[in-house]
Parts: sequence; C-alpha cells; structure tokens
Amino acid sequence: MDRCAAAPPPVPACESGRAARASAVSRREFASCAAAAAAGWLMTACGAKPLHEIPKDRLRAQLQELEREYSRKYGTAVTVSDTPAAPNVMFAYALDISRCIGCRRCVYACVEENNQSRDPQVHWISVLQMDKDKGVDFSHADPYYQAAEVPEDGHFYVPVACQQCRNAPCTKVCPTGATWTDPDGIVVIDYDWCIGCRYCMAACPYGARHFNWGEPTIPSGKLNPKTHVLGNRPRPKGVVEKCTFCIQRTRNGRYPACVEVCPVGARKFGNLLDPESEIRYIIEHKRVLVLKEDLNTVPKFFYFYAT
Amino acid sequence: MNTVRLYSRFVAGSLRLVLHGNLAYWAWIAFLLVLMASGAAAYAGQLRSGLIVSAMRDQVSWGFYIGNFTFLVGVAAAAVVLVIPAYVYDWKPIREIVVYGELLAVSAIIMCLLFVLVDIGRPDRFWHLLPIVGRMNFPRSILAWDVLVLNIYFLINFTVVTHILYRAFSGRHYNPKLVVPLVLLSIPMAVGIHTVTAFLYNGLAARPYWNSSILAPQFLASAFCAGPAILLIVLQVLRRFTTFEIQDQAIGKIAELMAYAMFLNLFLHGAEAFKEYYSDTEHLLFTRYWYEGLGAHRTLVPYAWAAVALNVLAFVLFINPRSRRNWWTLNTGCLATYAGCYIEKGMGLIIPGLTPDVLGEIYEYYPSMSELRVAAGVFAVGFLIFTLMLKVAVPISLGEFQAEDGGKLAAGR
Repeated sequence: MDRCAAAPPPVPACESGRAARASAVSRREFASCAAAAAAGWLMTACGAKPLHEIPKDRLRAQLQELEREYSRKYGTAVTVSDTPAAPNVMFAYALDISRCIGCRRCVYACVEENNQSRDPQVHWISVLQMDKDKGVDFSHADPYYQAAEVPEDGHFYVPVACQQCRNAPCTKVCPTGATWTDPDGIVVIDYDWCIGCRYCMAACPYGARHFNWGEPTIPSGKLNPKTHVLGNRPRPKGVVEKCTFCIQRTRNGRYPACVEVCPVGARKFGNLLDPESEIRYIIEHKRVLVLKEDLNTVPKFFYFYAT
Repeated sequence: MNTVRLYSRFVAGSLRLVLHGNLAYWAWIAFLLVLMASGAAAYAGQLRSGLIVSAMRDQVSWGFYIGNFTFLVGVAAAAVVLVIPAYVYDWKPIREIVVYGELLAVSAIIMCLLFVLVDIGRPDRFWHLLPIVGRMNFPRSILAWDVLVLNIYFLINFTVVTHILYRAFSGRHYNPKLVVPLVLLSIPMAVGIHTVTAFLYNGLAARPYWNSSILAPQFLASAFCAGPAILLIVLQVLRRFTTFEIQDQAIGKIAELMAYAMFLNLFLHGAEAFKEYYSDTEHLLFTRYWYEGLGAHRTLVPYAWAAVALNVLAFVLFINPRSRRNWWTLNTGCLATYAGCYIEKGMGLIIPGLTPDVLGEIYEYYPSMSELRVAAGVFAVGFLIFTLMLKVAVPISLGEFQAEDGGKLAAGR
C-alpha cells in the first residue's frame, strides 16, 4: 500500500470555538441591517415558504437575488442552480476500507468544493483512525490522529460523512420540515427554513450534521462559485449543514469531489438503479457493510473490503 | 359597574399593588432586574456572534439551555398535578393552593419557551414552527408536538387562573362551566407535556442513554418531586409575609406525596442503572460517564453523586412523619429535592446523552459564562412574572383586593 503524507487533523471543535471572535458592529451598520431585514421580511412575509413550496417563477427570482448577493459579497460571479433530481436515479456511495490510507485529502477537497467555513472549521467528512485489533469500534476511534505519514501501523481508517439514510432519523425529527430526502436519495437542507434547533443533530447516529456556531468565513478567492441552492451555496450562521453527495456536481453527471481526489481509489459512487453501475457491482460481489445496521437507518453509503 | 371601568380599576389596582412593597420585596425585584439585564447583555452578544459564545459544539449540540427547559417542563407539569387530589378527592386544604400551582405553571412554561428561544440558532425564524403561518412537521416531529402541547397547556392554565382571579376581584364566583372542564383537561395535559418532552429524547435511537422506555415514567416521577418542592417553599413564604393561611395538614400531605414520588424516582434510576451495569454493553459508556467518568473525563461525576445524595436525603426526610412536621427538616428536604432533581434532570439528562458523541469522541461540556448569564436571565424573567402575579393574586384570594374597595385597600398596603 502506498504511503502518503497526511493532511493536518481538524482542529478539535472545542479549541476553535473557544477563541470567540470579537466582532464590533457599528450603530449605522446595525440600523441598516435591521432596516434591510425588516424590508426583506415584509416582502417575503406574505409568502415566505420552505423551498419546495415556492412557485417556480418566484424561485428563479429568488435564486437570482442570491446570486447577486453572493457575487457582491465574495467579489466573483456566483451561480446558484436548482437542478432537480433526474428520474430513475438513486445515488449511492461505497468506500473501500481496505484501501483507505487516512490521508484526509477527501476532507479538504470537500471543504473547498462545498464552501465549508474555514473559521470556525466545519468538516463534513471525519476520518476516524481505528485499531486493527479492535475492528470497527467507535468507542476507540480517534478523529484527531496526527501522523507525519499514513497509514500508521496497526491502524485502519473509516471516513464518515452523511450516510444518506433511506430511513433517515434526521428528517423525521425536524420540527419545520426544513430537511428532507429528494427523489434521487439525497438528504438536503433548506438553509432559509432551518431554525437551528439542532434536533436533527441529536437524532443523527453518524455525526453527519454540523451547525454553524459562528459566522462562517470563507477567505476571498476561496469560494467555489458553482453552487446549488440545496448544497454548497454559502450558509448563514445558526443553521445546520451536511454532505449532499456534492449535489451541484452529481446532478450534472460528475463525481463528488471526494471521489475524484482520493489518491487510492477507495471511493466509489453511482446510480443504484442502474444494474450496470460500479456501485451495483460492488454491492453484488464484495463484502459490504453499513454502519450501525441495528438502527435500521438503511444507509445508501456502503463500506466494503475489496481485498 | 360596566366592564371597561371594572377592568381599568383592576389594572390600576394591580399596578398599585405591584408598586408597593417592603424593602425585602424591592431588593428581590432589583436582584431579578440585575440578572435580567446581565442576561439580556449576554444574549445580545450571542445574537451578534452566534451560539459559538456557548460551550456547545457539534459533539454536544444541546446543553444547559435544553437541560433547564426539560427541568422546567417538569415544574410546570407537577405544579398542576396537585390539582388531582384537590379535585378528585375534593380535599379543601390543597384546593386553596391550586391557584398558586397554576401561576407557577404559567411562569414555568414562559421560562420553557424562553429557553427554547435562546437555544435556537435563528430566533428570527421561530415562526416557521407555528401552525398556519409557518410549516409544522406535524405529526412526525416530536418537537412539533411539544410546541403544540406546551402552548395549549399554557393557554389552559392562563385562562383558568385569570378567570378565577378576575371573577374573585369582581366579587363573583367563577364560572364552573368554564373552569371545571379546563381544570380536568389540564390534568392529562400536565402528564402530556411531560411525556411528550420525554419522548423528544426517548425516540432517538442514536442516543442509547435516552432510548430507554423508562425515561417518560422517570420524568414524571422526578417532576412530581421538584414542582411541589418549589410550591411548598413559596407557600411558606406567603404565609410568613401575608395574611395568607394554609393548614400544616396540607403542607404535610404534599410532603408525603413527594416522598412517594421520590421513592419512585430513585427506584426507576436504580432499575436503569442495574440494566446498564449488569448487561454491560457498549451502551454502558454514557451511564459510566455520568457516575464514574471516562478516563480523565470526570467533569460531571461530582454532580452525579451530589444529585443521588440530595435525592436520598430528601426521601429520608419526607418519608418520616416527624421530619415532615419539623420546619427545618421540611425545608431542607425541599431544597434537596429541588437541587437533586435540577441536577439529574438538567445536565444529568442532556450531557451524558450526548457524551461520548455518536462517533465515540468525548467532548467535555461545561456551560460558558455567557450561557450561565442568559440562563440566569431567563430564570429571573420567570421569577419576576411569578412574583408580580402573586402580588396581585394573593390579595384577591384573601378578599383584600376587590372591585368595590380595591383602590382604597391597594393604596393602603
């Protein structure tokens, strides 16, 4: 197995968060923000709706408004698409545990592709280092391993992100219906409807949901301008976000960023409904497992041992 | 006297009542206002910077706020559960104090709703939760259920209590056609708000510490302890500072009921601990984190044992008739009950439920100063509301503040 330089571990949330950033807001800024908010609310109050209930023509106008807002804020032309799910598609993912070397390239490719906040750090993928003699056991998992070179002897790696459950506990508990499963199997969040109660985070058995505890920051020039309204568009503080199988890519026939970046080809992605797909081949021919099977979440994210 | 004049006299008289008090009263009010100001300042900081000023993180995504919310739902429920013996057995000594139980319930529900409001990341969008204007995920989400039952419970209690008091003020008897059905409805609703709140946690298979069917009964048992504990202390304060009379017999009866509730509470905790320790599965981790700590992570252990000790102490003091009659031991028992239930139901329920997190990481949560200040502010709002309502309600139920001579007497106090 190839050895590979390891990317830095995530900053433990407790440390990045404790350094609370002082942000002074002038009275004028506050007044203008408040006025804008009031105006915005008035304009939408007569029909502010969760995304999937907004009429098509008005949605287009809202997306254009978002594009203008993001383009202004980040100084680059941002597109916000709403590409819907294609018929006869059910996305699924497979990850080869015997191949993963724990380099965390997927973690950082995901951050850049999906415009996660850099400070405070938000990572949609956590790579867990596990002991070979203990097997897949979360109580001995280490997400903060620091190694000059990976893989380390005696260890293997289990990257975990949203498992896109068919029986998703997170969408069931959401009190406002701000998160749901789209027809192609992707569990998405409406960032404009989420109230930030974090019930979904308590319900998720995989730690896949992440909250914007502070104002998310993306350095100028680092924004990925190709965004999807339910995916990688910039998020406000106070809402929950998660992996969407790179909805902005996969609905246009591309692979997720983590699949493309993986140096050892451990990550596989495809259409579960296509009998000729690689994902179907893996499920039918390899030793496949899902995490926490006993919880009956029925993930569409499979782990397998190819060798 | 027409309605408008009657009502304006009621408002003016109430204002006069709450604006007159001795030094202790004003010191108490000033203390609450200081806490509220501090809480408001801390909350302004939280609105500006986000919940990052709390100690909550992705690993422990609920903390002190939700712990207090859970505890106060119990207080709200239990205060009204006193209605059961009063109305079912028509036992007059307790019946007199039902109105105070309902006032406590109203204040507790206001605190509950405020704790939810300060906990959510986007309070500007709270209306998304409401039926009709927003979009409630009902009946799938238990949180939607909880919002509904809490608000209905609030409305019922608020209606009953204002109706009874206002009628008493106008010198008329309350309307039994309105009050009796609502009071009877409030009993299952009190059990209901607590059960639904327990189900909020209970239904999450991802969190084995909560995913135990003993949770709802145990919630009720501890609520039947903590709610009356507050009420007993309030009643004694009232008896001390006003001409309000309550029979020792009533206080003793409530303390006795608390002893049984506390026994049940301890028994259910014991049953849960037995199941976890004897079966010794990987789910034991959460219980161990609470009672023993995991490795160097022992932040909550002193709290866990303090709660056990306080609850056992309260049980011993309340089960013994002699220590129920002794004022010193009675009040020690009340404080021990309150503190014990507060610890076990607040932090003791929420934090071990989330530690270690679903991927095995141990993040030791301890509330930040900002969270403590906001929470103290919310409590201060609740206690202020409760104090002001008592200030008006007590003279009314004593017949000292009534429409005919209300102005005169209120001014004289």
